[in-house]
Amino acid sequence: MPATIVRPYLAIFAARFSMLLQYRAAALAGIATQFWFGAIMVMALAAFYGSGRGAPSITLAQAITYIWLGQAFLGLLPWNVDTEIAAMMRSGNVAYERLRPVDTYFYWFARALAWRAAGTLLRCIPLLVATAVLFPPMGLGDWSLRPPPSLEALTLFALSMLAVLLLSSAITTLLNISVIWTVSGQGINAISNSLVVILSGMVIPLPLFPDWAQAFLFVQPLAGLVDIPYRIYFANLSGAAAFGGIALQIVWTVLLIGLGRLLMARTMRRVQVQGG
Amino acid sequence: MPQIAVQDLSKTYRVAERQSGLVGAARGLLARTYRSIEALDGVSFSLEMGELVGMIGPNGAGKSTLIKILCGILEPSSGACEVGGLVPWRERIRHVARIGVVFGQRTQLWWDLPVIDSFELLRDIYRVPEGQFRATADKLIALLKIEPLLDQPVRQLSLGQRMRCDIAASLLHSPSILFLDEPTIGLDANSKLALRDFIKTLNREQDVTVILATHDMHDIEALADRVLIIGNGRVLRDGPIAAMRAETLGERRLIVDFAEDVGDIDIEGAAVLARTGRRVEFAFDPRVTTAHTLIGRITADHRIDDLSIEEPTIEELIARFYSSHGAVEA
Amino acid sequence: MDALRLYGRYAATSIKAQMQYPASFLFLSLGQFLSTVVEFVGIWALFDRFQSLVGWTLPQVALFYGAVNISFALADTISRGFDVFGPQFVKTGDFDRLLLRPRSTPLQLLGHELRLTRVGRFLQGALVLGIAVGLLDLSWGVREVALLHAAIAGGVAFFLGLVVLQATLAFWTVESLEVANTLTYGGVYAAQYPIEIYSKWLREFFTFVVPLSCVAYFPIVGILGIDDPLGAPKWFLYVAPLAGFLFLAASLTIWRLGVRHYTSTGS
Repeated sequence: MPATIVRPYLAIFAARFSMLLQYRAAALAGIATQFWFGAIMVMALAAFYGSGRGAPSITLAQAITYIWLGQAFLGLLPWNVDTEIAAMMRSGNVAYERLRPVDTYFYWFARALAWRAAGTLLRCIPLLVATAVLFPPMGLGDWSLRPPPSLEALTLFALSMLAVLLLSSAITTLLNISVIWTVSGQGINAISNSLVVILSGMVIPLPLFPDWAQAFLFVQPLAGLVDIPYRIYFANLSGAAAFGGIALQIVWTVLLIGLGRLLMARTMRRVQVQGG
Repeated sequence: MPQIAVQDLSKTYRVAERQSGLVGAARGLLARTYRSIEALDGVSFSLEMGELVGMIGPNGAGKSTLIKILCGILEPSSGACEVGGLVPWRERIRHVARIGVVFGQRTQLWWDLPVIDSFELLRDIYRVPEGQFRATADKLIALLKIEPLLDQPVRQLSLGQRMRCDIAASLLHSPSILFLDEPTIGLDANSKLALRDFIKTLNREQDVTVILATHDMHDIEALADRVLIIGNGRVLRDGPIAAMRAETLGERRLIVDFAEDVGDIDIEGAAVLARTGRRVEFAFDPRVTTAHTLIGRITADHRIDDLSIEEPTIEELIARFYSSHGAVEA
Repeated sequence: MDALRLYGRYAATSIKAQMQYPASFLFLSLGQFLSTVVEFVGIWALFDRFQSLVGWTLPQVALFYGAVNISFALADTISRGFDVFGPQFVKTGDFDRLLLRPRSTPLQLLGHELRLTRVGRFLQGALVLGIAVGLLDLSWGVREVALLHAAIAGGVAFFLGLVVLQATLAFWTVESLEVANTLTYGGVYAAQYPIEIYSKWLREFFTFVVPLSCVAYFPIVGILGIDDPLGAPKWFLYVAPLAGFLFLAASLTIWRLGVRHYTSTGS
């Protein structure tokens, strides 16, 4: 029965999700920070676009929308390694995870999923409301998050965001597992965070990078975290191209899940050999 | 001229009340309700230089609050306090330079550093001249037997070892007053004895005023000449230990294991405190009825298997004190 | 000044402790370096495409970027005590121990830890600054060098002031407020661009309330030897860094208020 197979994972997801929703205060404070960074980026972009040169493939309005969407859904990015798991890995207690009658990889995947989803839910609504709904009547229409041009774009966007959640969880889980192979869990964080932030499109929208880099930037896995969904949103990627983007997200997700499982198997073997 | 003079010290805390549940938490965000906690209520006493005073009281009695105020890290709500001529919380830096403080539960040493590194850092913080530091440190290290521990990081020490190092650390700058808050907590018997010896020597030979706050009555009996019983934010009793001991003169307990079942037993000169099966506990005043007389009266009518005589400990006395003043553990 | 001597000892012990974990140190520093490089790559890419930012060129912006990153890296290196002040000192009551020592509490907090890993951001800032200077072909006389030092010194004081303010919040609410990070990291982020791109009220905010531009923008304009497009008088460009110190002094005053509050309410 598919339902019974999935049940433990659903339960884990639900439990973790509701626990994380308690961190309201921190989320609220974080929103202010994100708002600030978004605002600075938007102002800088507007100034750059003002030069009139460069033939950017997205308009300023689209770039601004991109930025605000990025800040709103910041929680979906595969940031930090789960500290609980990292500690478990280092102490060898991870072997005890095997006592549970579930597939360890998908157990951790469900954890990551809950973490990402909960973190995002808290932060995205205020930012979306502020930049999409409140800005125009306040006379800040030029700085606002624009609505999607069509229902098709919105639907595809929703699909793409689901893929983001899965992709991000896959990356997070992979990072969590790889902690044991590195000297310092913090080291992995530091490096992976930098890569994620630039290759996803959070530093600047990927289309604004040099033209010669565009092909590479589009196919690499991290584009699926930010760039692909938001370009689908304002129909910069539409129709076949949009489906292609979502397909890329899914392909990378599957590949990373596969890699994660491989690494997990090897890790468990190593933990057992070392006595944990 | 007393070294420490405390007059009518009071301290009331305002604590925000936490609401439970989602609705409560939301309400809490909008309007905070507070309740007042009276930690100290008119405490007065004075100490001369070189005294060794024990401070005893149940948790929540106000001991920690009082110590914090004397140390200068807490301001009272009202009342006056002078230590060595300074008002502690007003002249913090000058005041703390002259006192040493040891908290039993927390170390003041740097967790990851070798003990000696902590000592040297403290030397610089307290501005102790090098020569004086060397002399003082060497003496303390010898007295507390911590020579083999000096190169170890504090986190690797056992509780007893750490306590000895903490005491040494608190004395490196030769303070004239030493505050000890639960210093023997968690220590094994040997360590406790050694520590008590050290404190006694410090007080007798170097005239360091010592204020010892503790739950351990044995510490107090072993060390203090004078004891302050704190309860409900007040000084319930302030006097020499000898006087308290004298009070126990009027009370003895006779525990008798009868050879047979006894019903309601009534012996002249004694009151029944408790009975379990054939064992009966009597209380009597030896000044009125001698033990000899009492035993005679009992054995006249009953056969007994065994008996023993006890005197109440100061601990019991204090516990009785607490309950009679309504000073329960908070 | 024996406060300086004491700080030196604090620093030495902290370095010694960190050197026990060389691998971790290297990784963290590398991470720091990368995360800041990545920011600059973004700026570089934007200039590559758009060629100019309201008239400012990449080397000029790189000068702003490099200087503010150096200032912040230096401040960040010594500010850990204040960063963890809420959770590690107020919440645990360990602040009492600081009060029991005959030294000022800010000094003790500065000595809490010397974060060497911030060298990552420092190196990156210095690199960018160096390249900018090379590309800009300016004359480097006493005036320019003095301005650069003033900017960095003022910047360090400014960022320290922000961090002190952030820590002071912990006296009133035990929840650590991320909002303060907006000011430090957000400040660095905002200062890497010339303030011309911001709206008027924001510019004024950064000049008169939270004097970020005084330590990051104006002195650099002075070094560049051009007229401030916003019309600030020449003498102001030299005096501006002082605002950083004034800001720090104000923060320390508020800090003292916080300590007062702590000692009267208890922990």
